[in-house]
Amino acid sequence: MSIKESFSDRILKMFFYIAIALFSVYCLIPFWSVIASSLTTEASLVKNGYMFWPSEFSLDAYKLIFQDNTIYKSYGVTTFVTVVGTALSMIFTSAMAYTLSVKSVKYRNHMAFYIYFTMLFHGGLVATYLLISKYLDMKDSIWVLIIPSMLSAWNMFLLRNFFASIDDSIAESAKIDGANDAYILFRIILPISLPAIATIGLFYALSYWNKWFDAMLYINNKDLFPLQYLIQRIMNNLDFINQISADVTLPNFIPPAMTVRLATTVVTIGPIIFLYPFLQKYFVKGLMVGAVKG
Amino acid sequence: MSEATASALTPQEATKKRGKFAAFIYELIKNKFLYLLALPGMLWFFVFAYLPMVGIIIAFQDFKAMKGILGSEFVGLKNFQFFFRSGDWIQIVTNTLFLNTLFIVFNTLAAVVIAVMVTELGGKWFKKITQSVMIFPHFLSWTVVAMFVMAFVATDGGFINQFIALFGFEPIQFLSSPGYWPLILVLLKIWHGAGFGSIVYMATISGINPDIYESASIDGASRFQKIRFITLPLLKPTVILLTILAVGGIFNGDFGMIYAIVGRNPMLYPTTDVIDTYLFRSMMDLGDMSMSAAIGFMQSLVGFILVLTVNAIAKKVAPESAIF
Repeated sequence: MSIKESFSDRILKMFFYIAIALFSVYCLIPFWSVIASSLTTEASLVKNGYMFWPSEFSLDAYKLIFQDNTIYKSYGVTTFVTVVGTALSMIFTSAMAYTLSVKSVKYRNHMAFYIYFTMLFHGGLVATYLLISKYLDMKDSIWVLIIPSMLSAWNMFLLRNFFASIDDSIAESAKIDGANDAYILFRIILPISLPAIATIGLFYALSYWNKWFDAMLYINNKDLFPLQYLIQRIMNNLDFINQISADVTLPNFIPPAMTVRLATTVVTIGPIIFLYPFLQKYFVKGLMVGAVKG
Repeated sequence: MSEATASALTPQEATKKRGKFAAFIYELIKNKFLYLLALPGMLWFFVFAYLPMVGIIIAFQDFKAMKGILGSEFVGLKNFQFFFRSGDWIQIVTNTLFLNTLFIVFNTLAAVVIAVMVTELGGKWFKKITQSVMIFPHFLSWTVVAMFVMAFVATDGGFINQFIALFGFEPIQFLSSPGYWPLILVLLKIWHGAGFGSIVYMATISGINPDIYESASIDGASRFQKIRFITLPLLKPTVILLTILAVGGIFNGDFGMIYAIVGRNPMLYPTTDVIDTYLFRSMMDLGDMSMSAAIGFMQSLVGFILVLTVNAIAKKVAPESAIF
């Protein structure tokens, strides 16, 4: 930095600072306003509209949704789907990715094409829907939220590329020492691939956590609604709000439809905010792998 | 002599053939552990990716759930004719292409601008915090985003209408005015994806040799000139590659986004109904499996041809940008 910045350079830099700051505010405002509006009374929200600062502070909406067991059930479903789904996805994805990365596997390119083709062409929604609901009979089972989305060709290739980038000589020398394929995979390859595995695992976990379309297609049983689908339901009908308000026996009680919707939304994004530092770190890393190798 | 040679070749060929099969078996046995590892995944792709391809024949049938795929009657191209005769296709294809073009152009533009600006910034903390904030929306599902949207566009109490009321304007009925929605959807798409999309461009910029910038500085280049003549040209291959990937999917409407946000509001269909949402409704509401399958098949086929074409073009224009 021996060269001093000219005036116009500093002006431009100033402009960049302001633009980035404004865009960050733009990204933040919806969260801020939804959280603020959920922390007020229904009456105030109806009267004043959505707000950036709770005009009459109140936790009523949160109390109401936590009184009912719907939110707990949905949390349970989403957590189960995310944890079990991610575990299964990772087992099968890394098993497959490893085989496709070993150069002594003669047919690995044929197998890779077999998977690659599914990224280019697909049978469409109708056939998939009929297969899952009619022929596999998976409707209203929690597994329908996991098994049909268990493998992603994209994630598999990302992991394969990572495995392939590991120096061959490590596996070769282990082989000379008498190690078999299983030993090489579990004792050598997987331990040194932990960052990549964490990244792909988070990709899967986020997609399970945010899943709602599959629930809309295949789940009618209220006990099996995942969180994101619950949000979608309560936005479009009042069943949930009437249900959780049914126990309240106060006179002149009006179901707080708006604040309950907002509070449920806030409750849903809670864990994502909590885990965000990890998500950010590994997603950025994963994108780099994809950008350089993909 | 020649006869002898000819007859001698035949068993040789036979051995070669048998040798090929033997080699295949030998390969499977040699790497049996590895093939076994891949087997569950291969089966999964067979069931959930290849079996639905077989289901495409529904598009050529008068599909009845009771009769199943094997028992339903073949009707040739009737489902396709029915779809094209209805006239809906013009609107949904136009909307799909129009919205996706807007998304690709504005999201790429926003991501590149953010990446260039952030790289020029100095303050470490400022950079860290703004980046975290800009990437965050990407992690939310569209159903959550739909709630946010309501807070802005609601006729009673939405922020936009609160704001314009300050100037004495009548509230805008967003939920019954389709004209605003392409803009709203583009703004949402940028909000959701531009910060995240900028990561790849930032990685590309950070891979540029710093000597180039330094020698430009010595030659007296301004900040703007360095961006214009070094950063942007070197970003070009990445921009081309990602645009190609995106153009390959231009016939796939963003169902997750549009269905979550617009949902079943027929008043907004004129600008927001895309192939995927139309297909979904004709399948779930009308139960018309055959026509839905016909629409889906055309969409897959056109998408497939498009990816191949666009990649062939990429190979010519910028060989380093081609996918395969």
